[in-house]
Amino acid sequence: MNPMTRQVRQVLVLAAACAFALPAGAQTIAITGGKVYPVSGPAIENGTVLIRDGKIVAVGKDVAIPSDAQKVDATGKWVTPGLVNSYTNLGFGDVGFSAGPRELRAKRGDGIASGFASWEGYNTQSVHIASTREGGVTSVLASPAGGLISGQAAIVDLTGAIALPDVLVKAPATMVSQIDDNQSAEVGAKGELFGRLRDLIEDTKAYEHRKADYERAQTRDFVASRRDLEAMIPVVEGREPLTIEAEQASDIEGALSLAKEYGLKIVIAGGTEAWKVADKLAAAKVPVLAGAMNNIPLSFSMLGARQENLAMLRKAGVEVGIIGNAGGGDEELFNVRNVRFEAGNAVAYGMSWDDALRGITLGPAEIYGVSDKIGSLRPGREANVVIWSGDPFEFSTRAEAVFIRGKKLDAPSRQDMLENRYKTLPPNYGSPE
Amino acid sequence: MRIVVALAAAITAFACAPAKASQAPAPKVAATGDTTHQKDTATTAGAGALSLPNADPYPSTYKPFPSKTTVIKNVTILTAAGPRITGGSILLQDGKIAAVGATVNAPADAVVIDGTGKFVTPGIIDVHSHIGDYPAPGVEANSDGNEMVRPVTAYVWAEHSVWPQDPQFPRQLAGGVTTAQILPGSANLFGGRSAIVKIVPSRTVQGMKFPGAKYGLKMACGENPKRVYGNKGGPQTRMGNMAGYRTAWIEAEQYRRKWDKWLKDRKGDPPARDLNLETLAEVLRGNILVQMHCYRADEMAQVIDMSHEFGYKVRAFHHGVEAYKIADLLAKEGIGAAVWADWGGFKMEANDAVRANLALLSKAGVRAMIHSDDASGTQRLTQEVAKAMEAGKEIGIDVSEDDAIKWLTINPAWALDLDSKIGSIETGKDADVVLWSGDPFSVYTRTDKVWIDGALLYDRDDAKGQWRTDFDLGYVPFAGGAK
Repeated sequence: MNPMTRQVRQVLVLAAACAFALPAGAQTIAITGGKVYPVSGPAIENGTVLIRDGKIVAVGKDVAIPSDAQKVDATGKWVTPGLVNSYTNLGFGDVGFSAGPRELRAKRGDGIASGFASWEGYNTQSVHIASTREGGVTSVLASPAGGLISGQAAIVDLTGAIALPDVLVKAPATMVSQIDDNQSAEVGAKGELFGRLRDLIEDTKAYEHRKADYERAQTRDFVASRRDLEAMIPVVEGREPLTIEAEQASDIEGALSLAKEYGLKIVIAGGTEAWKVADKLAAAKVPVLAGAMNNIPLSFSMLGARQENLAMLRKAGVEVGIIGNAGGGDEELFNVRNVRFEAGNAVAYGMSWDDALRGITLGPAEIYGVSDKIGSLRPGREANVVIWSGDPFEFSTRAEAVFIRGKKLDAPSRQDMLENRYKTLPPNYGSPE
Repeated sequence: MRIVVALAAAITAFACAPAKASQAPAPKVAATGDTTHQKDTATTAGAGALSLPNADPYPSTYKPFPSKTTVIKNVTILTAAGPRITGGSILLQDGKIAAVGATVNAPADAVVIDGTGKFVTPGIIDVHSHIGDYPAPGVEANSDGNEMVRPVTAYVWAEHSVWPQDPQFPRQLAGGVTTAQILPGSANLFGGRSAIVKIVPSRTVQGMKFPGAKYGLKMACGENPKRVYGNKGGPQTRMGNMAGYRTAWIEAEQYRRKWDKWLKDRKGDPPARDLNLETLAEVLRGNILVQMHCYRADEMAQVIDMSHEFGYKVRAFHHGVEAYKIADLLAKEGIGAAVWADWGGFKMEANDAVRANLALLSKAGVRAMIHSDDASGTQRLTQEVAKAMEAGKEIGIDVSEDDAIKWLTINPAWALDLDSKIGSIETGKDADVVLWSGDPFSVYTRTDKVWIDGALLYDRDDAKGQWRTDFDLGYVPFAGGAK
């Protein structure tokens, strides 16, 4: 190839990229005629959602539609914010077991990995992103796992963009820890576990006040590295939430005491027995991430498992995020998309429909401080919008159109491709594209 | 599809004769477990030294619970035997479905339940459960599902692990499951015999065992055996797996021949009894059904060739994540496919899972069925099927509710060779019946009542009457009938 040709090619590629990018940035879309659930306010029959430059600019019954707007007819459809699944492993490896890279766990001997910025291993191109989107999920909390302090988690939009900054909504959104499993936490008993958390918090404070001394090696030894202590500062100052995976009521009580003692802003995840301490959680304004499909005493810390958990928490005034907890179905990776069915089950077990929708949209967005960006259909929010064929919690309903940041994303998932290939046998081994 | 199922029912009508293989391609070897020898098993005490066909040394002691003659009226009935009956009635009497139709003649003393707005279906049958052998709580002391000591353990029987006080049983019942096959785990090439149970409270597993049900033999393909034994003497590869099965079948065939000859002649000392080979020989005689864990399509095809090589039949592939890729082959071979709706990605061999699996299989004429492999999933199998129906629709395969109910009932009944007794709402069948609060394929629907052999064993309106296992007492807070 001669240099001239190469240059021409580069120009052409650039031009093509611009041609692609410009309309997307300036596009105005009006979704009209649908039953609109803004979540931040009451449902609107025959409502319009107006999108411009990737943001929601107007939502209501009488929205003036600019002449240049691309109209999407949603008559007879339901329109909701993109769903938020607030406890997933998405992007940290496509295959769960015995295969492929895993970006989920820091390799530590002491269980403390607060400095682990998990999103740096997040694969924006994970094969599960397209199928997750097909379930109407547009944003997830991609969370590390294991240890005592697992690391920091980010909230991402499932845009399909390659560059991390183009998908991040907030990083870090939370520090993640777990206090249910002593072995994973590298401790022998709960008393030791809470002691280690106290040491970490107090050392973080000491480090913060004596950074200069620390640099001159004039402090005592701290229980964590500089990176780990740095990452803990916003947590200890109550600016960044600490998500604590806990199941047993007494462990949740312990977490509440710790939070009160140090002024931490905590979120309980898992929360199998949270219903037992619902009033305390409500009084402390501590939200809970929980599911609605587990009623099995899977361990001695989960004896009180019941499917009414979410409804009881909500009734007590606790903010909730609905996450998958059926167990076995890989609801944190392959089936992140199924969170809408978890919400449906929550309704079957006593939660109001509106609260359940909130639990997979605005609820988690508020819990993690991103409600100014996602979780509702309000002017100024990112245009993450789903048009449903009916009630989003029903199995017979499908997400007919999914917009993320104002862009309609309908790339087929790998599962679609396989179904398509094997619909007639023998299969056609050519490319579907 | 309907024709295939009807045919299966016709075949199984003959399967009640002991020891007769229920399926046509009887092995090249003759089925020798005849009725004469069957008597030995039933009546001779202390026959433990003999390797007898259809031996039943741990017999079922199950007896139906007391029942009241019951009529459910004005209800939509998904029969799994034909089109739905809207606004129909069903009569449960003496443990059987005594009548079903637009109206039924009920005795004056019958309990009458108004089913307006509700649905009736056959009891759900879960062909792949580990409840009882992997009980809750999941502590090591109770982990009794996988005899992970060597790759061939056909000598273990799941029923010897099943803990009837597993708190997962009542939850499974409350999900509408009335019969389950409890299998050993999948670590081994040959995992052991399955137990077929009715989901009822009992002090012993014998009290749950489905009377007259054939045993299943759990086998496993793929990643699990090679992962477990890769550094423990093998198999380390998929070819190693195949060699392991074949070696065992060769020994089993010799064993079967030796014993069948002795049982015929009864001359001299009986041959030595071998628990491992005995179970395999029973497969070769057609007396035990092979239930094989196999994800990948190419491996299933290899196993099918192997079954031809040794003259036995695979009854159903379980976890057939890629079954849709060889739906035509499975249909041709008459092998059932037991699958999840949408589990996938949790290991490499589960990577090609698609939600339309069930629909694609049905369309090709395969006896397809949902299964759980999971104590949580087993409680919501209707929801799994609902997802699979929608996935079918999305690629242009419309599966009606009348057909989808078969994935939950008559097809799994066939996989256990029990479709003459359970799996559909038809006169004369066991009164294993579920009353749902609404359409069973809606996320908002709850199980209202479950009958097994006509006895009301779960009633959502009677919290105090609901089965609580010994473990539940004092450990699991009483929910007080919260709805």
